[in-house]
Amino acid sequence: MTAPNQEVSLGMPQLPAPAYPAEVRARLEADAKEVIARYPGSRSALLPLLHLVQSEEGYVSRTGMAFCAELLGLTTAEVTAVATFYTMYRRRPSGDYQVGVCTNTLCAVMGGDAIFDRLKDHLGVGNDETTEDGKVTLEHIECNAACDFAPVVMVNWEFFDNQTPESATRLVDDLIAGRTVEPTRGAPLCTYKETARILAGFPDPRPGAVEATGGAGAASLIGLKLAKGEAVGQARVVGPRGAAPRDTPPHDPSPTEHLSSHDAPQQTSASDPANPAGPAAEEGE
Amino acid sequence: MTLAAEIDRDGTSPEKLLSPVLSAFWDEPEPWTLETYRRHDGYEGLRKALAMSPDDLIAYVKDSGLRGRGGAGFPTGMKWQFIPQGDGKPHYLVVNADESEPGTCKDIPLLFANPHSLIEGIVIACYAIRSSHAFIYLRGEVVPVLRRLHEAVREAYEAGYLGANILGSGLDLELTVHAGAGAYICGEETALLDSLEGRRGQPRLRPPFPAVAGLYACPTVVNNVESIASVPAILNRGKDWFKSMGSEKSPGFTLYSLSGHVAGPGQYEAPLGITLRQLLDMSGGMRAGHRLKFWTPGGSSTPMFTDEHLDVPLDYEGVGAAGSMLGTKALQCFDETTCVVRAVTRWTEFYAHESCGKCTPCREGTYWLVQLLRDIEAGKGEMADLDKLNDIADNINGKSFCALGDGAASPIFSSLKYFREEYEQHVTGKGCPFDPARSTLWADDTDDTNAHRGVNA
Repeated sequence: MTAPNQEVSLGMPQLPAPAYPAEVRARLEADAKEVIARYPGSRSALLPLLHLVQSEEGYVSRTGMAFCAELLGLTTAEVTAVATFYTMYRRRPSGDYQVGVCTNTLCAVMGGDAIFDRLKDHLGVGNDETTEDGKVTLEHIECNAACDFAPVVMVNWEFFDNQTPESATRLVDDLIAGRTVEPTRGAPLCTYKETARILAGFPDPRPGAVEATGGAGAASLIGLKLAKGEAVGQARVVGPRGAAPRDTPPHDPSPTEHLSSHDAPQQTSASDPANPAGPAAEEGE
Repeated sequence: MTLAAEIDRDGTSPEKLLSPVLSAFWDEPEPWTLETYRRHDGYEGLRKALAMSPDDLIAYVKDSGLRGRGGAGFPTGMKWQFIPQGDGKPHYLVVNADESEPGTCKDIPLLFANPHSLIEGIVIACYAIRSSHAFIYLRGEVVPVLRRLHEAVREAYEAGYLGANILGSGLDLELTVHAGAGAYICGEETALLDSLEGRRGQPRLRPPFPAVAGLYACPTVVNNVESIASVPAILNRGKDWFKSMGSEKSPGFTLYSLSGHVAGPGQYEAPLGITLRQLLDMSGGMRAGHRLKFWTPGGSSTPMFTDEHLDVPLDYEGVGAAGSMLGTKALQCFDETTCVVRAVTRWTEFYAHESCGKCTPCREGTYWLVQLLRDIEAGKGEMADLDKLNDIADNINGKSFCALGDGAASPIFSSLKYFREEYEQHVTGKGCPFDPARSTLWADDTDDTNAHRGVNA
């Protein structure tokens, strides 16, 4: 028996998204008009506007998408199509701090996989999940253009370079405890919503945010220092050529530390003869 | 004896081999400011450019031989020349700052430390192509860089390098910084334009090319950050100075990004044509006790090389002749602890994730490559899978809508070419013979050094 007020799906279309409260709407509308004015064609403002509505609620809600559609003269379907294409737009409420561990090849090999696994254990969450206190959303991310600082962790899209499992667990502990956390390159952390506002094109208002962490990271300067005659390296170790030892026994392919699959579906009956569903039917069968 | 002196015995001192131009003052306290930039001849190239006619300026940049630094190596001046003049339509310059190719990490440090070189280059380019509105499409995931771009653009407007009647020349220019939202495909120039128009970032059919029908169907130049940022120095110091570096067909300086299992990962600005051996020799080589196994010359989409290719000149022709592409000069180096199947699987997962879904060969092909590779990596593959990998890659390569498909096929083809034996080991040994723990940054640390790693508070 169904309890009263419990939502029952009868195949009815979703009701329209609720509107923003009047004062929120007025504030966002003023910002949105400023964004739209930057572009010769108003639709170009859609990506920044989605960042803007994300700065209000921490994710792109149906209300936010309806707001964008209305201001740009688009359908909500058109806005939804765009919002779902880009990975930086969240589809549901998430944590104040998005901790992204790079697990693209180079960072993964250099330790990103180990860091990601340690953080999953430490926080007790999986990929794209949020801690119960709503502080940290953990996810693995793709190459963030900082390979010379590998392994890299991004928190709210600020750089935390040359991380280890230990430094990364300290980092999330500090975030959860509310201690001030400063990136290797970037400004002292603000919340995800505040970050989204910068992405919408509104400069960070905090004094010192632009200057924070100085001119360039150490790795960015290494060639310059060598060119100036400052020694930075050690011995030259390009050599010796020849085959690598390959007689080691097969390493246990433990999914936690090795397998590349962090999220996407892995098993299909077609790819795995041992799958209980059996191999896929032959073509034409 | 210093390291520099030791290396100099071979006539290969870093002082001679490197040529910092864009990176020349990154070690100053506040290199991103207009004040620092001006102290280093900032906006002097613009003054010289404004003294020329736009057509002469295009010819000058073309004569310099500057080629696109975003991967394809197309001559920058020629791209500008393609813009039809007197057509009555607005013209646009869009700077591609969507740096996302795995391994590529040059534009982001460049913009973090020296954003004004890009802004000056933008003003020069817009004067040449008669554009009064330019855009910087920056990937969204780099907020520290976005902050500095916001600030640099503000400074440039305030100083009269942007806005109305720039330096009294009559040139008006608006510059809009636009943050993307996380999609590798938007680095493809037509997908970038669709994204900038507020759509899903999917590549367009060409022709028409952006030079004819780009942003808002108007003539548009799309250039990489480093290409545009290189223009002011060419104007200020002369095309002959520029051509004195590199080779005849690949002149000039560029940023090489060394990463992976090397002793000195980082940015190395050098004339085109330097070799990986020279870069490794000057920077301490591979990490102590290990040797180079495979590397990419220009990001994961460029076919991988091995230690046979250490002496390949890293310019457009040299790398092309050796069977790969210069790409973004992202030199990702992996040592003998790295499993090539694991590396290729991860890159392939990336391409499958980032495939925009528009065309079938790429959307379906990358998906099935991932399924096969995961099985092989986990020791569940069969020998026939190796040929199937090759076959699927062959059905993606050259048959996709844009270069993402070709990029996805490159690591498959090249790894099977150089390391087929290692794939076979995964099949016959029913597992991976490598221990991933040995590949990590801290694998060879003693307890003592490990305690000092990890820079955040």
